[in-house]
Amino acid sequence: MVSLHSYLILSAILFSIGTIGVLIRRNAIVIFMCVEMMLNSVNLTFIALSKHLGNVDGQIFVFFVMTVAAAEAAVGLALMIAFYKNRESIDVEDVKLMKL
Amino acid sequence: METFFFMIVAAVAVLASILVITCKNPINSALSLILTFFCLATLYVTLDAPFMAAIQVLVYAGAIMVLIVFVIMLLNVRTESGRRSSHSVLFGSLIGLFTLFQLFYLFNRSSLTGQKGTIDSALINKVGHTELIGKALYTDFLLPFEVTSILLLVAIIGAVVLTKKKI
Repeated sequence: MVSLHSYLILSAILFSIGTIGVLIRRNAIVIFMCVEMMLNSVNLTFIALSKHLGNVDGQIFVFFVMTVAAAEAAVGLALMIAFYKNRESIDVEDVKLMKL
Repeated sequence: METFFFMIVAAVAVLASILVITCKNPINSALSLILTFFCLATLYVTLDAPFMAAIQVLVYAGAIMVLIVFVIMLLNVRTESGRRSSHSVLFGSLIGLFTLFQLFYLFNRSSLTGQKGTIDSALINKVGHTELIGKALYTDFLLPFEVTSILLLVAIIGAVVLTKKKI
């Protein structure tokens, strides 16, 4: 029997790796994928705690998180394509139009 | 046996997620991310949530990642994107490790409160996971479910509007 703590620690590790990825990468699509990974680690926490508490509500939340992630993917990738059409690059360092 | 299986799946998930942030080519990152999603789906099955595992594979590994890989290939960003300047890598890693430390501290110091529910693996095997999820979704969470459909509509319209040349 795997304890609840193992799942929580695994999801903490995945979340931290996602955070590091968001902070150190420059490619907007890779940053986007790291955000998806952070969302997934939170989903794992939700489902592990849902099993531990014997309650199905956490899994409903995972359902909503997945819906929001799908909507975010559609809009985010459309934004990236629009940006690429203007700048010929998806490097986040090139997004500095409003920088002083 | 179960612990051994968990260790293997967890190790593969962590290694694949490290590959996501270290690969130079975005395609390799995307494929590693798909491997991470499959590992998480496996863990959902061991957590008595087979419906969530199916949704994970269909929606994440199927729909979202196909969209991401499609955009990577459409924009043809195979060039070396590289990392940011070295101090950014240093501070980013420090913040990530600090987050990890903070989460471990939280796990060690906190305890779980709240009353236990009635759903256990015997009930899930008897009634079926999908039915339990469906009942909760269409009774207790009906309003959030409907709001979610509006969110998806807004996302569709937003994506179409953003990619248009002239509005």
